[in-house]
Amino acid sequence: MKISDLNFKKLWVPSVLLVILGLLSTLTLYASTYSVILITSILMYIILTVSWVIFSAPTRYISLAPAAFFGIGIYTSATLGTELPLVLVILIGALLSSCLALLIGGLTLRLRGIYFTVFTFGLVELIKHLLLWYEIKFTGTRGRFVILVDNNTIYHTMLIILVVLLITAYLIRRSKYGLALWSIGEFEDAASHSGVNVNALKTITFAVSASFMGATGAIMATRWTYVDPYIAFKALYSFMVVLMAAFGGMGQLYGPVVGAAIFAYLEEILITKFPYYYMLSFGIILLVVILFIPDGLVGVIEDWQEKREGKQNANP
Amino acid sequence: MPILEGEGVTKYFGGLAAVSDVNFSVDRGELVGLIGPNGAGKTTLFNLISGALVPKPGTIIFNTEKITGLKPHRICKKGIARTFQSVKIFPEMPVIANVLLGSTFGRSTTPSTTDAEGESAGLIAFVGLIDLIEEPAKNLTLANRKRLELARALATKPQLLLLDEMMAGLNPTEVAEAMDLVTMIRFMGITVFMIEHVMKAIMNVCDRIMVLHHGRMIAEGTPQEITNSKAVIDAYLGE
Repeated sequence: MKISDLNFKKLWVPSVLLVILGLLSTLTLYASTYSVILITSILMYIILTVSWVIFSAPTRYISLAPAAFFGIGIYTSATLGTELPLVLVILIGALLSSCLALLIGGLTLRLRGIYFTVFTFGLVELIKHLLLWYEIKFTGTRGRFVILVDNNTIYHTMLIILVVLLITAYLIRRSKYGLALWSIGEFEDAASHSGVNVNALKTITFAVSASFMGATGAIMATRWTYVDPYIAFKALYSFMVVLMAAFGGMGQLYGPVVGAAIFAYLEEILITKFPYYYMLSFGIILLVVILFIPDGLVGVIEDWQEKREGKQNANP
Repeated sequence: MPILEGEGVTKYFGGLAAVSDVNFSVDRGELVGLIGPNGAGKTTLFNLISGALVPKPGTIIFNTEKITGLKPHRICKKGIARTFQSVKIFPEMPVIANVLLGSTFGRSTTPSTTDAEGESAGLIAFVGLIDLIEEPAKNLTLANRKRLELARALATKPQLLLLDEMMAGLNPTEVAEAMDLVTMIRFMGITVFMIEHVMKAIMNVCDRIMVLHHGRMIAEGTPQEITNSKAVIDAYLGE
């Protein structure tokens, strides 16, 4: 009986995932345009959050650079979108973002704690103003028009990026590099004295994480038709990603997925239903989360599981 | 034949010479003790050997190869492992994962996962933590944390092991057990260089002892010679 239990448990997770994937990949056939657009936004936030978690959760280097990498993707689309096929634009967006991450990582990942965080925050502002200066000086206009792509294509592209990302995140977690990243977050000195090349590992992981943000930016830009540096490099994206990860919890891979999904949906509801109180209610939710569930939803679920198992042990 | 040699090793912190023009050598298979009053520069010397700090000026030679300026992970892969005075384990990780990290990343050639796991479990048994193998490291007592750190260092298959105050804060029984471990490690063919304040331990197990005072090497010799050295007695008790 125990063996059948185990098999059931083993099959349960992949089959649920397959059903969800099946539902999502056929969504455009039966859902309204509004739902497709809404879910595209949710997928975007999930991608940004999960790719942030790949690097920042195990190493505990809190990066506020997602907006920079996302913005690089957006501008790749805005400048190359009319000349190159979509797939290529997305790949270039990913590549440019990861190159920037390699550069930034190589320069700054020796900074620890708050210094790294502040630097990444500054990076977003730096790129924004540099770009603004360039646009006004050389093109004479502030913004750019982005080539239009239909909603279903955007949606499916987003879904493909997400699936690739989740597989990547899962494989990294399972591999020896997952262990090494975790050890960096726990005690970086001890990790390097145990043979982990901490600087290389941090920089490369940072770049992998950035490439997904860039890809997402490249496809998302096609929905906005017009972008300027203020739209593309919005620090709010960075903060949202960190908050979504904190809300979901980072102990398990499903944490940031669920956290981002709920948060993104909440944002949509609040913006449409209570446009005047949107930011206020958002702030209150955040305070409650940080005060009462510091380990996020994953923490709540794990506590609950432990309690249930504890009960079972007490009454065999 | 020396496995480790230092020539004119010096390290300044601001204007203060933490380690000043120290020459030393450790022979293969030897068990050498490093003692000295607080602030003598013992841990700094270890940091210079393990790559946490870079001597300026000075050269450190390991197996006839200059390792000055290499990053800690490179030095670890070359065969120098260390433990820390303030124990640096990975608190949230289970005991086995702590050791697995050392065996996976710390060697010159990466072992297969099965080998790494088997050898890690073996080392955990060797230091006496096999019953706690799945326990998060933060739940361990100080003595057990030190054993875990030792197992992680051994997992990198070192030729030279640097032990920084392994006995500090342990009770007499634990000190005796730790001394047994050190003796066994030595019989495994690993050269040991250890900083220690517990005199009983160091006098009993070491072949040779070096004494640092104010960053300078003031004496070197057998335990017998060191206990009778006037310079050492002056350094500890004042003239």
